[in-house]
Amino acid sequence: MMRAGILALQGAFAEHRNMLERLGADCVEIRQRTDFRENLDALVLPGGESTVMKKLLTELELLEPIRKSIEAGMPVMGTCAGLILLAENVVGGEPCFGTMPVTVRRNAYGRQLGSFQTVEEMKGAGQFPMTFIRAPYIEEVRDGVEVLAVTGGKIVAARYGRQLGLAFHPELTDNPDIHRYFIEEICRK
Amino acid sequence: MEDRYQLNKELAQMLKGGVIMDVTTPEQAEIAEKAGACAVMALEKIPADIRAAGGVARMSDPKMIRGIQAAVSIPVMAKCRIGHFAEAQILEAIEIDYIDESEVLSPADDVYHIDKRKFKVPFVCGAKDLGEALRRINEGASMIRTKGEPGTGDIIQAVRHMRMMQSEMRRITSMEEDELYDKAKELAVPYDLLMYVREHGKLPVVNFAAGGVATPADAALMMQLGAEGVFVGSGIFKSGNPEKRAAAIVKAVTNYKDAKMIAELSMDLGEAMVGINEQEIALLMAERGK
Repeated sequence: MMRAGILALQGAFAEHRNMLERLGADCVEIRQRTDFRENLDALVLPGGESTVMKKLLTELELLEPIRKSIEAGMPVMGTCAGLILLAENVVGGEPCFGTMPVTVRRNAYGRQLGSFQTVEEMKGAGQFPMTFIRAPYIEEVRDGVEVLAVTGGKIVAARYGRQLGLAFHPELTDNPDIHRYFIEEICRK
Repeated sequence: MEDRYQLNKELAQMLKGGVIMDVTTPEQAEIAEKAGACAVMALEKIPADIRAAGGVARMSDPKMIRGIQAAVSIPVMAKCRIGHFAEAQILEAIEIDYIDESEVLSPADDVYHIDKRKFKVPFVCGAKDLGEALRRINEGASMIRTKGEPGTGDIIQAVRHMRMMQSEMRRITSMEEDELYDKAKELAVPYDLLMYVREHGKLPVVNFAAGGVATPADAALMMQLGAEGVFVGSGIFKSGNPEKRAAAIVKAVTNYKDAKMIAELSMDLGEAMVGINEQEIALLMAERGK
């Protein structure tokens, strides 16, 4: 059985857990250093506040071990704040793991009044209901990054090797296609 | 309304496992953000000072709120008086991320709460029990918090409210569907909301603890009682070392079951807010708005 770690420092981690368990994965919540194992089959970085997560990752001494594991090829999916944690460059914020060669703009759609839903095509997952909550978008991708979805002219999903970064929240929908894509196309290959 | 309401409930989901801190100046807001707050509540006076000052407490100056919006990148909330929909309209006009229709301020209406479904911005409301929580949700609240006595540093009321809500929800889950009709009448809430509680064993929106949280242990207590996150009002900036206490409460909320870690976090925090015991309070704010 696949063992997935879910960063559970703050934010909507329970929703990812529900989705992955529906797909048959065994999930562990990572709240401190002793919860993190280098041999996880997958790692999920949820939505929430990236500033809070970065601070806790640093102080709980999780940042370096997780960064090293991602660099060593641990499959990882970051949604919203999770995407910000992965990005090499962050406009309006600070990079955290910096393992994905993209530039992300934080709070790119403004405050809560700018939050929205849309349906858009995503490579590997088909038509998908996308929810953007005070969301970022990807401003620039560099060598080796594959763009998976674009909406309103902005890149909102991209893949770099075994790293999947999404500006929106597939865990808030009933649609498991993106989580399935992550498991089958990224974790199992 | 449906889509906006969904997005507003979902913003609250992103705040889960986090700490929302009361701040009165841009400097305090920056301290809160650096300490790991997942959102800040902008207000002119923290509840302890509102209580001390007496008189009518109103929505804060929008200019002061704007100053805080400019200072931080995390969501900014602000309070309006119960029933004062014009104050709420003003807060929406300055693009606040969340409105707290709050008993901490003087109520503007002793019958009606704000019709929150008319707004695009989300609302959080206080509740002492399940009936209050579901009535506020029916009016359009997309987040609920306990109504612990603000500005006292005394956790007893928040505990009472959270325990009450959790035990009522546990009872609902074991009820027959036909018993729910009568329960709906008793609580003065829609049947559909009770059905949701029966099926899921929880509120249809995120539920935070608020009122009287002053220490990492208080935060851990509320999380273990079923809170999904914590508001801290006077507890931080009325204490000896706000930065350290704020950061410690943030960590205690993440690792609320790890007593060893919370023991470490509780060391050398300096003086906690002095606080007032429940019995010593002349004004029970939790009794405002039912």
